[in-house]
Amino acid sequence: MLKSALYAASAALALLAAPVFAQDAPTGGLTGSVSDESEWQDLGIAIPAFATDRDVPTPAAPRTTGALGRELARVITADLKNNGLFRPVGPDALPTITFREATAPQYGKWSPLGAEMLVHGFVKAGADNQLTVGCYLYDIGLQQELVREGYVVSPGDWRRAAHKCADMVYSRLSGEDPFFDSRIAYIAETGPKDNRVKRLAIMDSDGANHSFITSGSTTALTPRYSPDYSKIAYLSYKDGNPRIYIYDIASKSQTLVTQSGNPTFAPRWSPDGRYILYSMAVSGNTDIYRVPATGGQPQRLTDTPGIDIGGSYSPDGRQIVFESDRSGSQQVYVMNADGTGQRRISFFGGRAATPEWSPRGDQIAFTHIAGNFRIATMSPGGGNLRHLTDAWQDEAPTWSPNGRIIQFFRTTRNSGQSELWQVDLTGDNLRRLDTPVDASDPSWGPVLP
Amino acid sequence: MRLMNRSNMSRAALLACGTLALAACKTTPDQLPPEPVTTPAPTTTTGNTGANTVAPGSQQDFVNSVASDRVFFDTDEFNIDFADQATLRSQAQWLMQYPNKRVTIEGHADERGTREYNLALGERRANAARNYLVSLGIPATRITTVSYGKERPVAMGSNEQAWAQNRRAVTVTVQ
Repeated sequence: MLKSALYAASAALALLAAPVFAQDAPTGGLTGSVSDESEWQDLGIAIPAFATDRDVPTPAAPRTTGALGRELARVITADLKNNGLFRPVGPDALPTITFREATAPQYGKWSPLGAEMLVHGFVKAGADNQLTVGCYLYDIGLQQELVREGYVVSPGDWRRAAHKCADMVYSRLSGEDPFFDSRIAYIAETGPKDNRVKRLAIMDSDGANHSFITSGSTTALTPRYSPDYSKIAYLSYKDGNPRIYIYDIASKSQTLVTQSGNPTFAPRWSPDGRYILYSMAVSGNTDIYRVPATGGQPQRLTDTPGIDIGGSYSPDGRQIVFESDRSGSQQVYVMNADGTGQRRISFFGGRAATPEWSPRGDQIAFTHIAGNFRIATMSPGGGNLRHLTDAWQDEAPTWSPNGRIIQFFRTTRNSGQSELWQVDLTGDNLRRLDTPVDASDPSWGPVLP
Repeated sequence: MRLMNRSNMSRAALLACGTLALAACKTTPDQLPPEPVTTPAPTTTTGNTGANTVAPGSQQDFVNSVASDRVFFDTDEFNIDFADQATLRSQAQWLMQYPNKRVTIEGHADERGTREYNLALGERRANAARNYLVSLGIPATRITTVSYGKERPVAMGSNEQAWAQNRRAVTVTVQ
């Protein structure tokens, strides 16, 4: 319908920035990168099935609004549980609620269960198949509503309502920015080590809505979502040579990042989406370039003998962290966005590679190669080295949109099998992500509008 | 959109409905980006079948004629050592014998490096071999390079012997 098209266009976006209950948001929150999280992490949260005013058919996958209400609660529970956040209890272990209870909770029903927090919600089907989902967070001890949100989604987007609700709960209780309603691009891998098929694939942050973008007939590597999710920059051997392409998701067409006979690697977007960084080898010497995302004249940012590659913008777009072997081995450097002021920041044993600037700005994640390949973080000045993992080969960290979680890929010795893993910035909650096949090169996009 | 009171909750136009992301979800194998020209398969096997019938100037002839179709590198290195020079001299002799033949040099790295760096490293190795052939008088226009980074190992193990075999630049004739 026209109306939904209008919603999608702009009306919804304007509302985003104005939370009605903003004054309720905790002003302190968790500051610093490594905080004691035990207090809020241990909160028990009851999440019964969302209620519906009328159990009617919906084109959404769960088929009726009643079934959808239960599925929404399951997705919210899984979001929180799988990320080691709180102690959520989902709808399959809880009594149901009526439509009225969503806004008028029966606290006496829940306090005996030992939960401290209560999530309620409802689902209503609109005339145009649009779904309205309400999401409420109550403090059982205080017998008080803490926060609420409402979402109008098209049936195909019903999971996004659950992720938004999980984000609301997480943000309100932790003081952190949201991250569940986001997507991940990665490389799906199949086949034996000497004949790996590598396909570009995308999925929601919880692994749902998985889809392959390329067929696998040629190798695809190192994808990066544009900040608005409209494009994916990635490397393909489509014409037999490694080249960076900008794939437009809506039109399913792609263009070369630059018209050149030289190989290009390692695409990166600027935070505002206006520029793309790429690395290009000329006569074997690789340097970093910047080109407007809309095309135009590339600007060379590095100019040293040796391999300068990768690059990740600071959140304000003013600096770039990258890797270079100009000193003899891979190390991490920082430069201004125009290429000036290049300086090495990693001075540890071993090599330091694949730096990624945290969306919060206060940390740089990288691969520390000293025997094992380990995911580590350091401050932008090069201090505060912290190892988050220790396995035979972990590489290529990517940050969650809120800078609290790092995903990476882990390769198994000998077999060469690869998997996506994630770990909290604290080094806790290390876990493998479920993907349909082997996986590498995760790239986590921002929170969806 | 974030937070609403009761009265406008049902009316508000909220999520942008992920139009972009949704479009991606609809991608099917039938709507993939244009399929590639097939990458020339590097045929580096040295079968002995019918050695008498090997066509002059063919890939098989190249492999039979040269000391080796590949040179090897130390970890993170790309220098051409004495053994490599001998190998490349034999390749140059063959190339002088067949002045119309062109070659592609494939640069590779072992698995003990990060993916993007290894792509650049493979390119640097392929160029090192190429530059040496050029220094021996082979026109640069006859030699292209391609890097496969760590994506195409020939030895499957995760040990120093396997890695030594995988750190290589392989010369393949363009047929």
